[in-house]
Amino acid sequence: MSDVRFGMAIDTRTCVGCAACVIGCKTENATAPEFSRDWIYTLLEGEYPDVRMTIRSERCNHCEDAPCVTVCPTGSSHYGPGGTVQVNPDKCSGCKACITACPYDARHIDPRSGAADKCTFCMHRLESGITTTSCQEICPTQSIYFGDLNDPDSKISRALATREAYVLKPDAGTSPKHFYLK
Amino acid sequence: MKRRDFIRMSSYGVAGTAALSGVTTDWFGLYGNRTVNPGTDGEQVVPSFCELCFWKCGILAHVKDGRVTKIKGNPKDPLSQGHLCPRGAGGTGILYDPDRLKKPMVRRDMRGSQEFEEVSWDAALNEVAENFERIKTRYGPEALALFSHGYGGNWMKHLFHAYGSPNIAAPSYAQCRGPRDVGFDLTYGWGVGSPERTDIKNSRCLVLIGSHLGENMHNTQVQEFAEAIRNGAKVITVDPRFSIAASKSVEWMPIKPGTDIALLLAWMNVIIGEGLYDRDYVEAYGYGFEQLQAHVQPYTPEWAYTRTGLDPDPIRRTARIMAAERPATLVHPGRHVTWYGNDTQRSRAIALLNALLGSWGRKGGFFVPSAMDIPPYEYPGYLDHEAQVADRPDPSAYPLADQVLAQGVCDATIPSGIGDSRIKGWMVYGSNLPTTLPNPEQTYRAIQELDFLVTVDILPAEIVGWSDVVLPEATYLERCDEVFAPPWRTPYVAVRQEVVPPMYDSKPGWWIARELGHRVGLPDFFPWQDSVEYAKTRVEAAGLDCDVLQRDGVIVGEQGPIYFEEGAAPVFWTDSGKIEFYSQKLAAQGFDPMPTWHDEEAEDPPQGYYRLLFGRSPVHTFGRTTNNRLLSEVMDENGVWVNRKIAQRWGLTSGDRVYLQNQDGVRSTFSAPVKVTDRIHPDAVYVVHGYGRKAKKLRQVYGKGIDDAELITRFKTDPIMGGTGMNVNFVTFLRAEDVEETSAAGSSLESEGQEEEVMAGLVSPAGRKGVAV
Repeated sequence: MSDVRFGMAIDTRTCVGCAACVIGCKTENATAPEFSRDWIYTLLEGEYPDVRMTIRSERCNHCEDAPCVTVCPTGSSHYGPGGTVQVNPDKCSGCKACITACPYDARHIDPRSGAADKCTFCMHRLESGITTTSCQEICPTQSIYFGDLNDPDSKISRALATREAYVLKPDAGTSPKHFYLK
Repeated sequence: MKRRDFIRMSSYGVAGTAALSGVTTDWFGLYGNRTVNPGTDGEQVVPSFCELCFWKCGILAHVKDGRVTKIKGNPKDPLSQGHLCPRGAGGTGILYDPDRLKKPMVRRDMRGSQEFEEVSWDAALNEVAENFERIKTRYGPEALALFSHGYGGNWMKHLFHAYGSPNIAAPSYAQCRGPRDVGFDLTYGWGVGSPERTDIKNSRCLVLIGSHLGENMHNTQVQEFAEAIRNGAKVITVDPRFSIAASKSVEWMPIKPGTDIALLLAWMNVIIGEGLYDRDYVEAYGYGFEQLQAHVQPYTPEWAYTRTGLDPDPIRRTARIMAAERPATLVHPGRHVTWYGNDTQRSRAIALLNALLGSWGRKGGFFVPSAMDIPPYEYPGYLDHEAQVADRPDPSAYPLADQVLAQGVCDATIPSGIGDSRIKGWMVYGSNLPTTLPNPEQTYRAIQELDFLVTVDILPAEIVGWSDVVLPEATYLERCDEVFAPPWRTPYVAVRQEVVPPMYDSKPGWWIARELGHRVGLPDFFPWQDSVEYAKTRVEAAGLDCDVLQRDGVIVGEQGPIYFEEGAAPVFWTDSGKIEFYSQKLAAQGFDPMPTWHDEEAEDPPQGYYRLLFGRSPVHTFGRTTNNRLLSEVMDENGVWVNRKIAQRWGLTSGDRVYLQNQDGVRSTFSAPVKVTDRIHPDAVYVVHGYGRKAKKLRQVYGKGIDDAELITRFKTDPIMGGTGMNVNFVTFLRAEDVEETSAAGSSLESEGQEEEVMAGLVSPAGRKGVAV
């Protein structure tokens, strides 16, 4: 099991940026009002009428080399099951070092607990045996792939093997496990 | 939702199945850190169907400690297929909206003052019943009109049928889908229905004309749109705005607004001229093809270029793509199509183009749906409606309208030069008329003329503030409704169930209708005790197991042939029994029998003005959800999209606040931030519909953004069926700081000033109640 490496990929060809993932996450994870663990990013390039648009559903990248874990003084931010990056709110002092360190702005302080908060890849679902994240489950365009990157037969591995993909800010050297399929 | 064994992780190939369960236990057991479980899984999970929009997706509502914690898609439901759009996922935002109507209320002050007294249901219903009886006695039942939107409105429609009024209107017809349905009906003898019979998932080429899938989030269509893209379908988008769909397209055609018919004619010119149409199909099923062939000959791409601003090359190229992929080419019929007043003809042109491509009844085009046969509840029979529908100035107007025209009913409430008004009372169910009908000033005038106005609603929308009696309805999560068995690929039936009991003193629509029915002497039409008994009666009459329906939310039947090539019958309910390229019905009524370009129908914006276009955001169903705090976390105000070059000319940058003022000098009540963008035609500006709300009790959305409806003082009525073309207004920008300076100096905002004036003069002629008119 230690070989499992959870990852996520967004099919940017089909994602319409509707934010069902955002609302689905908010209700599944009961996040604080006005804070969300995932969000929609859009980029427009070109000049009217020759324009191109990129739409991405974004969240914590669950980096292999996560600066948030490195800087966390209390061990609250840590590598959890399946190579995910998790926050243990019991250990979090609310110092915000992780928020500063994260190149992806993926974290916030939950005003209710005072602890850092971010996407968990729905670890509570995985623990209970549900194999989908809530964003993946709700997504009407089925643009979210989630699964084991170490398994060459998983849907996400097959997608990454056959299609061009990229990660955000590769220069940050964080080795994200969150990909975008072109 | 049931916990699944972790062994199911094998579907992701986590590890060898044999080793998995033991290792899994170890894995989580060894994990020293606590995993936070948000605890949103329900103790009960209740299947039902959604009402955040009108697509009616199957949902699973999780209930814990008496609260709905989250809403998921019902995997068994043919429409949601287990997935939801953001609105459906955000349904708790309406259920727990703190601004909800909580008690029945009766107006104690001027109309529009929003000052009410909370009363008992008994008092409120008695007052409504007295007014219904009084109107019936004095003017006849037809003087009472119903405006309705939403599935719960069926109970009110039933009440009105029983009461004897034919004036049952829904803005979803003449302000939305009507021209499309008439245009397709004239061509095929069938409408496209809702949910539409579009076989998007199997399309090889999908043509969207102003249809913004991905922003319009009708769930199944968007699911299939993505599936089509995954399968390599070519999407062609015609839109003055670079929509989300346009960003997924092989061709975006930024057409000059109002010229779509010219493009459609040119496409037909190419497809017929180059012999690319489906000859066999046209010969087998078509009527009047030769006339169409001759008719479109002058409409070359070069000709179309001068109208549409689109180069001839992409017009030819896209026509050839469509033909190459036929019959799996779907030229989407759209849904909100009341744009320019020639909308039935534009819809006809879309229908004809599909016919040339042979897509109607074919895989990847329009499938042939079937519905589950659920017998109607047996009533003693509705009264015969002697009365004429009061929705048009004279009986010969809009001859092909096949539903009641909401705008016409509103107009018939205002006394005309030749006599008294024909409509004296309104019931308004879930339909905020001032933002739904064009020219709200006219709507407010009509309201002033009313003897009686009762609204059934969930939120204190604008229309509520103008009502005499307000009846707070339970949300879709708190009530059982009529069963839903739409025509679809697979026949099925879905049930809406009470997930949690009604909050506050709200009541379900069925209860309100039944109570009123009993009070106005129509108990025979309400023999059932509640909607569950009603639904059970119908479902059991169909020979279906009600327990299964309640447990699963849906019962899905057998799918028959859905394409002609599979054996679905090619039946066309037109006069000729064929697909009518040439419409005798239109010719007989003096209309163009084939869509024709009329230069005078296209209009350029005046200097310094831009055509006002409006549409949807994926997280909102226009004004119905803009007060939803959960959804507002994603979008809480609209912006004004302005082409970058135009913005530069005006010195506007993104975030600058502007008011919009239209060609008639009407200024928006509120301002909105400019969105400078390369995504829109320089002739047009765009806003998302549903903002600029004036109802102060909508505390989340009040005053945010711009209401396009109040700027739609002009509309062009479709002469064929009475649709109100609303994209015919032009607006200019006023910087917020300039407007607010002048208003601070004492010159009031025009529309606000007008509204105050209306309110000051707004004592109903009858007083608040019971006074003879």
